[in-house]
Amino acid sequence: MTTHYLVLSGLLFAIGAMGVLIRRNAIVVFMCVELMLNACNLAFVTFSRQVGNLEGQIIAFFVMVVAAAEVVVGLAIIVTIFRTRRSASVDDANLLKY
Amino acid sequence: MESQVAEIVQHTGGAIGNAWLMIAFPLVGAFILLVFNRFTNRWGHLLGVAMSLASFVVAVLAFFELIGFGEEERRRAVHLYEFIPGMVDMGLLIDPLSICFALLITGVGSLIHIYSIGYMAHDEHRRRFFSYLNLFVAAMLLLVLADNYVGLFIGWEGVGLASYLLIGFWQFKPSAATAAKKAFVVNRVGDLGLLVGMFVIWTTFGTLTFQGLAEKITPGTQNGTMLAIGLLLLLGACGKSAQLPLQSWLLDAMEGPTPVSALIHAATMVTAGVYLVVRSGAFFFPEGSGAALAVAIVGAVTLLAGAIIGCAKDDIKKGLAGSTMSQIGYMMLGAGLGPAGYAFAIGHLITHGFFKADMFLGAGSVMHGMNDEVDMRKYGALRKAMPITYVTFMIGYLAIIGFPLLSGYFTKDGIIETAVHHQPILGWLAVIGAGVTGFYMSRMIFMTFFGEKRWADDAHPHESPLVMTVPLMILSLGAIGLGGWLVLGGTLYKFLIPAVGGNINEVPHFDFFSTPGLVTLALVAVGVVFAWMRYGRVAVPSVQPRGNFLTTFARRDLYGDALNESLFMRPGQWLTRLAVFFDNRGIDGVVNGLAAGIGGSSGRLRRIQTGFARSYALSILIGAALLTGALLFVGNI
Amino acid sequence: MSPWLPILMAVPVVGAIVVALLPKGSDKLAKQVTLLVSLLVLVLTGVMAAGFKPSGERFQFVAEYNWIPSFGVKFGVGVDGVALVLIALSVVLVPIVVLASWHDADGVKAADGTLITPKRSVKTYFSLLLVLETMMIGVFAATDIFLFYVFFEAMLIPMYFMIGSYGGAQRSYAAVKFLLYSLFGGLLMLVAVIGLYVVAGKQTFMFPELVGAIQDPTMQKWLFGGFFIAFAIKAPLWPVHTWLPDAAAQAPAGAAVLLVGVLDKVGTFGMLRFCLELFPDAAKAFTMPIVVLAVISIIYGAIVAIGQTDMKRLIAYTSISHFGFIVLGVFAMSSVAQSGAALYMVNHGFATGALFLAAGFLIARRGSPFIGDYGGVQKVAPVLAGFFLIAGLAGLSLPGLSSFVSEFMVMIGTYSSQAHGSGALAAAAVVSAVAVVLAAVYILWMVQRTMNGPTAEPVKAFKDLNAREIWVLAPLVALIIGFGFFPKPLLDVINPSVQQTLTNVQVPTSTIAEGTGQ
Repeated sequence: MTTHYLVLSGLLFAIGAMGVLIRRNAIVVFMCVELMLNACNLAFVTFSRQVGNLEGQIIAFFVMVVAAAEVVVGLAIIVTIFRTRRSASVDDANLLKY
Repeated sequence: MESQVAEIVQHTGGAIGNAWLMIAFPLVGAFILLVFNRFTNRWGHLLGVAMSLASFVVAVLAFFELIGFGEEERRRAVHLYEFIPGMVDMGLLIDPLSICFALLITGVGSLIHIYSIGYMAHDEHRRRFFSYLNLFVAAMLLLVLADNYVGLFIGWEGVGLASYLLIGFWQFKPSAATAAKKAFVVNRVGDLGLLVGMFVIWTTFGTLTFQGLAEKITPGTQNGTMLAIGLLLLLGACGKSAQLPLQSWLLDAMEGPTPVSALIHAATMVTAGVYLVVRSGAFFFPEGSGAALAVAIVGAVTLLAGAIIGCAKDDIKKGLAGSTMSQIGYMMLGAGLGPAGYAFAIGHLITHGFFKADMFLGAGSVMHGMNDEVDMRKYGALRKAMPITYVTFMIGYLAIIGFPLLSGYFTKDGIIETAVHHQPILGWLAVIGAGVTGFYMSRMIFMTFFGEKRWADDAHPHESPLVMTVPLMILSLGAIGLGGWLVLGGTLYKFLIPAVGGNINEVPHFDFFSTPGLVTLALVAVGVVFAWMRYGRVAVPSVQPRGNFLTTFARRDLYGDALNESLFMRPGQWLTRLAVFFDNRGIDGVVNGLAAGIGGSSGRLRRIQTGFARSYALSILIGAALLTGALLFVGNI
Repeated sequence: MSPWLPILMAVPVVGAIVVALLPKGSDKLAKQVTLLVSLLVLVLTGVMAAGFKPSGERFQFVAEYNWIPSFGVKFGVGVDGVALVLIALSVVLVPIVVLASWHDADGVKAADGTLITPKRSVKTYFSLLLVLETMMIGVFAATDIFLFYVFFEAMLIPMYFMIGSYGGAQRSYAAVKFLLYSLFGGLLMLVAVIGLYVVAGKQTFMFPELVGAIQDPTMQKWLFGGFFIAFAIKAPLWPVHTWLPDAAAQAPAGAAVLLVGVLDKVGTFGMLRFCLELFPDAAKAFTMPIVVLAVISIIYGAIVAIGQTDMKRLIAYTSISHFGFIVLGVFAMSSVAQSGAALYMVNHGFATGALFLAAGFLIARRGSPFIGDYGGVQKVAPVLAGFFLIAGLAGLSLPGLSSFVSEFMVMIGTYSSQAHGSGALAAAAVVSAVAVVLAAVYILWMVQRTMNGPTAEPVKAFKDLNAREIWVLAPLVALIIGFGFFPKPLLDVINPSVQQTLTNVQVPTSTIAEGTGQ
């Protein structure tokens, strides 16, 4: 029974990962990251249910809190970059190198 | 039966017990003059003389105290202090041998101090000159008075330092500075021998004191180790005494002021090698040993080489320097003949100290009157201008060529006869050397005091002041009478027996009419006549003629410098350059190359950081996948 | 528990903090405070040393405090004879260096007369100097190997800044080279220290308890290697010596004195104390290769020194030659040679210190370190020339000066050592004796080219040494001559601890053959 949930979680994670790798728009990349996090959450909850203890669900809450915090900071950064550079492409923000 | 060396007894008190004062006086003098510097300028020379005289007084007192003891008790050791714990203590050994040297050093030394007052009167650094002279006297006394090889070595290098400072006294002249350095470096080559010799002595016998060695060595012992020690000490002696093959520094050393040449490079320091051989004679140079033979050969070869060099020099001081080499060759020859030769070697050393110092100071007096001109071709007919110098120089001259009944006659003939008796070939070489001596010394006399005036236009030769001529007179008195007094009846031989060995029943009898003696006299006469024909009868050209091959050979110091230059100096310079290059490019090159390599590769490696967030994400994904795969793989094993 | 050593180490640190906290612009006050503090340390050390009993316990003035209890690390200090004389050397040199460096931190003059301005302030220099003093005392006093390691590495930092911020034109290159070289060795040593702790399994880093703790010969060799490479770099031994000429040439003269005079001694001190006593079997196994390296250092350093054109580099290379002698003495495994080596460490500090300082005074007058830029200094500055000559003569080990006694003991002890089959060591002694001649060449040639001959044009304006400079050199010269004739006070302190070392290495202490000439 839990297999379906796990497969779904894997699919969501894969879609998210592909999105991060392929898309250039920072907002989209960001949403894909969220998708991956939620895929993980699904896996945690599934295992929690399967094993029968609450730890997985607790971790899922932690992930959600971290994700919320990340959204706050991340969106702020993206907006700032967009304001200064008139672009939301992640490839354009490549000054931090070598 | 031979070698009656007396045992060394410990001594305290009296003049002997306070013999360290001999060293301390001049040392304090040197210290005061150097430290208080300009403040002592006005009276510094007087202090220097006073300290040297004080030292002489102590030496005389010690001498009389010493002869107050019976012959078997005339080796007195004075303990001073613990030097290197467990190895050697500093102490003095007052015995007939060392007291002879002490008297010579302080006596002739004081005379030369006095002479220098006049000679250096116009030099603005006279005070410094006297401080160095004092330093020299102190070091030389330590050399001869020390009761162990380490103390001897300290004095040995101390006189080397004083010699370095005094040769380079006029250091603003590049030639003087170079000569000073050369003297020190060549001496150090000899010191290497002495140093390694000490290693072997310490390792073999566990002691470095003369007393300790006397207890451990059976007289007359010969084996490989003893031979090695003997040859190593001989190397040291060759360096200090300018014997072949380490002779090349002495001629250059004449760059120093003339009193220095007289004191250090004629009368005292250069005879230190003879002292070393005689002092170690009972241990490492027993009669008939290979080491002793080596000493005699070195002496015989050097006495000829020095004489040949002396024949060709126009510089009066260099001529005398060649003669010094030659005379020390005689001493070395004597020192290689066992106790019978020791007495004559030391005797010749003492008389040579007088007559050679006399002549050097005389040469200085001539130079003083001739605006420091040293070229004998610019002299001529000086006997009228400076009569006292002329007479004293003549006495020294007659003494050195072995004119009958003067000092040199007794001591040099003694060496020759003993040599002919023990080592006939070397002995006859010494006879030939005496003939050559007659030639080159007469040449010097004729060129300097006889013949026509060849002076420079601004030369106004005049007799030197009394402060310079009185020491000359005293020295020439020694050159007249000392030899006979020491040799006739074997006075010196008997006196030295407790220190160097010998047999009281076999005192060598001085034979006035022996064959070698007569041949020597005849050859000397030939030499004198030959010199008269070349330089007395005909006018001497005031410019050096070209000369044949042999003359050039002698003028170039038998190509000794050329040999050193091509064998050691040039290869050494190449080696140095090679080593510096290797160090900068080789070793440091590897180090810097390593650093550059690391720097370069990290420069490549950082290019991976492209700045594209998505490529980072990809590498994270791949990494995570690999990690997961690895975990699965490991989990399945 | 004796408070002496912790006090000695605390006083300079307190002084350093005071100097660092002085307001801006009080440079002169900073110098005076530094001088006072260093003199106070000198006096305190003198009082402490007077209470040292050569015949007593090996480690005296012992103090131990727990530091990291979970690993058994202690703040453990105490001195034996060798450590005591080296601490004495350090505290004697520091006030002299302070006085000598009075103007060093104001900037170094370049050959063309321009001033190379330092990167940091004057008071920082003197504060670093005091911090360094603490560390120098600490490194010799540490009886806990971990503490020793900490000081060994920490010492690099003040020296790094002294070279890198106050040095000559190529100071950053030299400072980085010095730091990297030393850190590399230090890390190897750290590995060996940890290995020692783990293998010994005694839960302690205290040196006395670790002596003889490692029995396995193979393990000894590995750990010995870690320690030895670190010390060989520090000493420095051929072929890991090339950092020294650069560092010494670029450092201000005072820092160069401490670098060559004291810091490098930590290397040879470490060989004597740690390499030999902790790993006796390995030390004996490696004796011959190390002796060969030492002899190469002696001859090679001397030959390369002859070819140098830069005075400070020349002196640095002579030091490489002298360190060869010290290493030779340490590994000759005879009491005479090891006492000589320990004595050499002290004498070399005085002799090379004097030479570096005299050369520094000379260079300060002209700006150029190149020998060819001088000539005829004796005519215009005879006192400077005199001190330079005496320092040089100490460098060539003239008998009657202190370095002779130690060099002589090292060579004669090596020659007579029976530890490793007499032939090889005897040959090493004879070959190294050739350096006696080479030393005369490099020193006297330098003296001739700088001091003698006609006076060069720029030299004519030179002033002779002033009172401050004379007071810097006079004590060193007095010590050089004094210990040249009376080395007994030092040797009496050194000998018992060397005997103890040899006992721990299990070498019979009497190595003199009782031979006769028959």
